[in-house]
Amino acid sequence: MSTATTTHEAHHHDEPPRGLKRWLFTTNHKDIGTLYLIFSLVMLFVGGIMALVIRAELWEPGIQYVDPQFFNAMTTMHGLIMVFGAIMPAFVGLANWLIPMMIGAPDMALPRMNNWSFWILPFAGAMLLSTLFMEGGAPAAGWTMYPPLVLQTGEAFPFLIFSVHLLGLSSIMGAINIIATILNMRAPGMTLMKMPLFVWTWLITAYLLIAVMPVLAGAVTMLLTDKYFGTSFFDAAGGGDPVMFQHIFWFFGHPEVYIMILPAFGVISQIIPTFARKPLFGYSSMVYATASIAFLSFIVWAHHMFTVGMPLAGELFFMYATMLIAVPTGVKVFNWVATMWRGAMTFETPMLFAVAFVILFTIGGFSGLMLAIAPADFQYHDSYFVVAHFHYVLVTGALFAIFAAVYYWLPKWTGHMYDERLGKWHFWLSVISVNVLYFPQHFLGLAGMPRRYADYAIQFTEWNQVSTIGAFAFGLSQLLFVYVIWKCVRGGQKATAQVWEGAKGLEWTVPSPAPYHTFAEAPEVK
Amino acid sequence: MSAKKTTRRLALTLLLSAPAAALAGAGSGWGLLNLPEGVTPISREAYDLHMLILWICVAIGVVVFGAIFVSILRHRKSRGVQPAQFHESTAIEVVWTIIPFLILVGMAVPATKALIAMEDTSNPDLTIKVTGYQWKWRYDYLDEGIGFFSNLATPEEQIYGDAPKGEHYLQEVDNPLVIPVGKKVRILLTANDVIHAWWVPALGGKKDAIPGFVNEWWVRVDEPGVYRGECAELCGRGHAYMPIVVEARPEAEYRQWVAQRKAAAEAEKAAATKTWSRDELMARGEAVYRKSCAACHQANGEGVPGVFPALKGGRITTGPVREHIEIVLRGKPGTAMAAFGPQLSDVDLAAVITYERNAWGNDTGDVVQPADIAAAR
Repeated sequence: MSTATTTHEAHHHDEPPRGLKRWLFTTNHKDIGTLYLIFSLVMLFVGGIMALVIRAELWEPGIQYVDPQFFNAMTTMHGLIMVFGAIMPAFVGLANWLIPMMIGAPDMALPRMNNWSFWILPFAGAMLLSTLFMEGGAPAAGWTMYPPLVLQTGEAFPFLIFSVHLLGLSSIMGAINIIATILNMRAPGMTLMKMPLFVWTWLITAYLLIAVMPVLAGAVTMLLTDKYFGTSFFDAAGGGDPVMFQHIFWFFGHPEVYIMILPAFGVISQIIPTFARKPLFGYSSMVYATASIAFLSFIVWAHHMFTVGMPLAGELFFMYATMLIAVPTGVKVFNWVATMWRGAMTFETPMLFAVAFVILFTIGGFSGLMLAIAPADFQYHDSYFVVAHFHYVLVTGALFAIFAAVYYWLPKWTGHMYDERLGKWHFWLSVISVNVLYFPQHFLGLAGMPRRYADYAIQFTEWNQVSTIGAFAFGLSQLLFVYVIWKCVRGGQKATAQVWEGAKGLEWTVPSPAPYHTFAEAPEVK
Repeated sequence: MSAKKTTRRLALTLLLSAPAAALAGAGSGWGLLNLPEGVTPISREAYDLHMLILWICVAIGVVVFGAIFVSILRHRKSRGVQPAQFHESTAIEVVWTIIPFLILVGMAVPATKALIAMEDTSNPDLTIKVTGYQWKWRYDYLDEGIGFFSNLATPEEQIYGDAPKGEHYLQEVDNPLVIPVGKKVRILLTANDVIHAWWVPALGGKKDAIPGFVNEWWVRVDEPGVYRGECAELCGRGHAYMPIVVEARPEAEYRQWVAQRKAAAEAEKAAATKTWSRDELMARGEAVYRKSCAACHQANGEGVPGVFPALKGGRITTGPVREHIEIVLRGKPGTAMAAFGPQLSDVDLAAVITYERNAWGNDTGDVVQPADIAAAR
């Protein structure tokens, strides 16, 4: 590894431009990755504050702080912002930073489009947030936007639709770029079956994105024409069908769930082998399992709608297909456990989050399996049990994987080791509070509390209060995360190129911090 | 989950919940941890399946999490172990593909049986049509020719903390759904405005009520009692305020109740033909307003700015009477303002419009009679 000075001299023309222009006009995958990650961190806090408004109102029965209409706006905006603003952009940010370095490419295949796909996001996000200040309030019909209720939205309605269009546009361009990069720019010798799993999971995710984001765009466009141009796609009085929206939405929505979790699987599959100091168990079965999950994701959508009154044959089909997902998902979990088995493990913060991911995501998987059983789902559906389920897979699943990834690659990005002691504090505070937050929601749902309720019967008070305590503890713990990142960016112990003793892969062969341009000459992969 | 982790979580939960328990006094909600077994054949099917799958998941969890924790304890670098280098075994992959598949087949068989039983709504003893409205339910007994609305009975003072909350806060209604014990009741579900869902946990589940479509569900309650539930599909501002109360009564009591209902309906018809005094209309109008209008326009008539218009000094409520009657009768398409013509009787409509035109200092002095409504319909 060359020293910082010689690198500087040798690659003077590679230095990034200074100031605002660097970020506005950048076509560098690392800069764009950083922008995505910062954007998603900001959105995580915006959506998190909304969640705390929800949990504060639910501290006790009755209406204390916010009107039920605003409460509904909070649940709606929280969902939209966390899905489209926090989780998805975070994974695209990781993809931007890591995929070129992992496959030995100098940059993304389409750098200008890369810039554009990012810079759409802040505008789409701002447009969505601006609805909070509009006549009639922000959208309050749930992030799923079911008609006819969503058509009662006030002036915010077209802004909701156009921001979803823009967010989708950004995702589609990001996905095209990722596919083009992976298929065209791998270093010599980097065959598909040698790619790191993070690259594999993103390749499959990108195909899912291209397949389903246009479907969402179509669905919301039909809402738009129903509201303003006199069509009746979803209005039974005009010959339409409100349930058709749900079919179209969930044809997007279920693959969307895997869009948010497959890259997380990829992250975990990178981290566990590193800290177990042992190769990933069952590499090829991991790839096949990911592909199977992606395929199944297209034929299970109506399990979100068991209560809409489908024919028996339909209910049976979607129940069986959904249960099948447990098989490849199980294979993944077993492979991770087998990777840990007889390794020589250490438990730095990324590994702690990764192990917590495996356990807590599996708990979310169990409740998912329970929800798949249609006759039982008639009880679970739209209750807090569902809220608990999808927060286990999205918070302790996707978000924990993002935390793990940030800690794992932060030394590579910044050139400094993060503060391990504070990282561990962040982990333990998060993992305890997140369970205080979400575990009691299983009880609430089973005991009969519906989701999206601004107010509830008194017997649900106790567990709601536990959940609210957990929510504030979890929310505040994330301030520590920001501080750890801030501190690591500012300085700290110098990171080596390999950073972690057991780390393997091309990104660990370049210096830390990774130079502005890496792999100008393709590396040779054996 | 390992014992260690469970203990940690339990200890923490107890620690954190101590102040909450002190606040809540009796703390009656702590024991609500599981699905109720319920009182219908369907609810028992759902409960049995729920417990079966739950225990299978617990068993798998013990094995998988057990392996993780053994690995964490034993296969750590600090114990000086050398990492093994195995990383592939087709045989093992096949085994842990096949075994879960067989477990799933084991789950699918009872689930299929239960689902077939649940969807069998044939040969009912009676049929009740349930219609969801923003934000109340209407029950029509198709065999008896009676029908009525069921509104939240919890007073607004309790919701906004001006009065102590009652035992059945938000789970009480003015007119419960009354059904006979031991009879197969077919429930037909639809909605008037947006999608709702009718959920009574003790009766085994929920079905969506969708405008323009009719869904089916059935219940057979074996024990007399009162069973409470709620709307389970987001339906707007009053989503949490349209509970369901089902009273299962022995056959004889049920028949008696039906007779009373029919007599009350006759009396209501007679009331529409007489001329009402202003005071009578105002008193009745206030009651109707609280039930049918206050959820949006608020008890004080001030509405919610930007969402629900104020009626206090409002354009419609102080303008021409005819326009006021029109909008209440037919609603305003594209907004949450429903058509109340099909929902309320002529007397109730006359009373509530009179009330709205004279309350909160509107003081138009107008009195609307049931006959005016009948003429406008």
